[in-house]
Amino acid sequence: MSGSTQTLSTSIGKKLIMSLTGLFLCLFLIVHLSGNFQLFKDDSGLAFNDYSHFMTHFPPIKVVSYLLYLTIIGHSIYALILTIKNRKARPVNYAMAPKSPSIWSSRNMGILGSFLLLFIVIHMGNFWFSYHKDEWFKNHSGPKMPFKEYRTDLKTGKLVSAKQLPQGEYEYAKYVDVNAQQEITIAKDLQAQVIFSFSSPLYVLFYVIAMGSLSFHLLHGFQSSWQTMGMNHRKYKPIVNQIGIWLFAVIIPIGFAAMPIVYYFTKR
Amino acid sequence: MSGNMNLTLKVWRQKDVKTPGKMVTYPAKDISPDMSFLEMLDVVNEGLIHKGEDPIYFDHDCREGICGSCSLYINGRPHGPKQGITSCQLHMRSFYDGQTIIIEPWRAAAFPVVKDLATDRSAFDRIQHAGGFVSINTGGVPDANEIPIPKPIADEAFNSATCIQCGACVAACKNASAMLFVSAKVSQLALLPQGQPERYQRVQSMVAQMDEEGFGNCTNTAACEAECPKEIKLTNIARMNGDFFTAKFFKSDEVHA
Repeated sequence: MSGSTQTLSTSIGKKLIMSLTGLFLCLFLIVHLSGNFQLFKDDSGLAFNDYSHFMTHFPPIKVVSYLLYLTIIGHSIYALILTIKNRKARPVNYAMAPKSPSIWSSRNMGILGSFLLLFIVIHMGNFWFSYHKDEWFKNHSGPKMPFKEYRTDLKTGKLVSAKQLPQGEYEYAKYVDVNAQQEITIAKDLQAQVIFSFSSPLYVLFYVIAMGSLSFHLLHGFQSSWQTMGMNHRKYKPIVNQIGIWLFAVIIPIGFAAMPIVYYFTKR
Repeated sequence: MSGNMNLTLKVWRQKDVKTPGKMVTYPAKDISPDMSFLEMLDVVNEGLIHKGEDPIYFDHDCREGICGSCSLYINGRPHGPKQGITSCQLHMRSFYDGQTIIIEPWRAAAFPVVKDLATDRSAFDRIQHAGGFVSINTGGVPDANEIPIPKPIADEAFNSATCIQCGACVAACKNASAMLFVSAKVSQLALLPQGQPERYQRVQSMVAQMDEEGFGNCTNTAACEAECPKEIKLTNIARMNGDFFTAKFFKSDEVHA
């Protein structure tokens, strides 16, 4: 065990931690994006609210989500440790600003990352904390996140009605009304919070800028993490580079940025 | 002579390792475009000596790009604006009449300034001493083709071995990391059959010494690769990391009982 901790405290070992935590966060982005695409379903938020309940209450997912929070913290702390060390490695700066050619994003991972951390804090405060606070602080005086009741026809599978329930004590429920031949779902309406948040143009702009930062962060970060792990293959490293560019720096940030933009223009 | 240039030099002057230095401006008059950069500095120094001033101190030896002594950070780039050459191979035709040229030493905690533009790069020597060698018994000269080595491997090892230990990679790196240098030295031996017995010990010892010397951490910006006068590739770093993790996580040091 002491051998492996010694390994992780070397310069390359610390970079391995950055690389592995970074890749785990990349993997999370794929899950997060594909899940949240349910926001685009035209079903008054049934699928999304159902999914939100599942993601916050299914124990294995909960375990992974706490692992994810630790990963975010670990990635940030190690970035800070490495940056401090890197600054110490050059105590006197050059009089002439360095002009060595390198990609802009690769030189500004710290700034991009810090902005993304700020984004994550605000983003989690707005959705994650708002979603959980009614359960954590039962007696808080502020407004509670409303619940919505959905009725789906069992035969056709189509949504019959969706109505917001008056303020009160509710719990997630899914049951069948045999007489009406309808499936009834009562779920916390997180989509309402999404609509409310993305009705603010400043908030939408903040999200879009954050996704721009994410794009540049991953443009360097994804391929760099494989380089750190020692991936050096004539055929496969270029494939990794292309995945980094197209999936992580283009498709995923655009997918996320589409949510606030589409909601701002259609659901306001 | 026609075509000669008048330049303004801003040079880092520092008395010794303890005294803080500063930028000093010197005119460089009547400089031929055919001079090398170091010859230009020789001319300026001659003028300074005639005036009874302390000449600008800079490292140089072979002046043909193979010794790795010259180490000038010229206008924001190690070894100046051209690619794939050292400071001594840089010619004054790469500059224009009336230009201001800023000349600084390598900047890194591991490379303390000895005087003016010269830095103490013995940190590199200590990394080499930690493992940048192969242990072989001397004896009769072995036959050149005794051990077959595939051509691509031999070429790759040779490319890594062209590193002249100048330190431009450290100077170019925003983190003052020595990864390109260390990885080239690890690679040239790790690729060849003669380097195999010590391969996994070597990479661990050299990385440990690199960390000890206080170099920064690699962020894969590739500025080192762009500035290396011998065009050492970034793939060396991946190869070294691969060997390092293999040594640390997948190979045991001792024989299983």
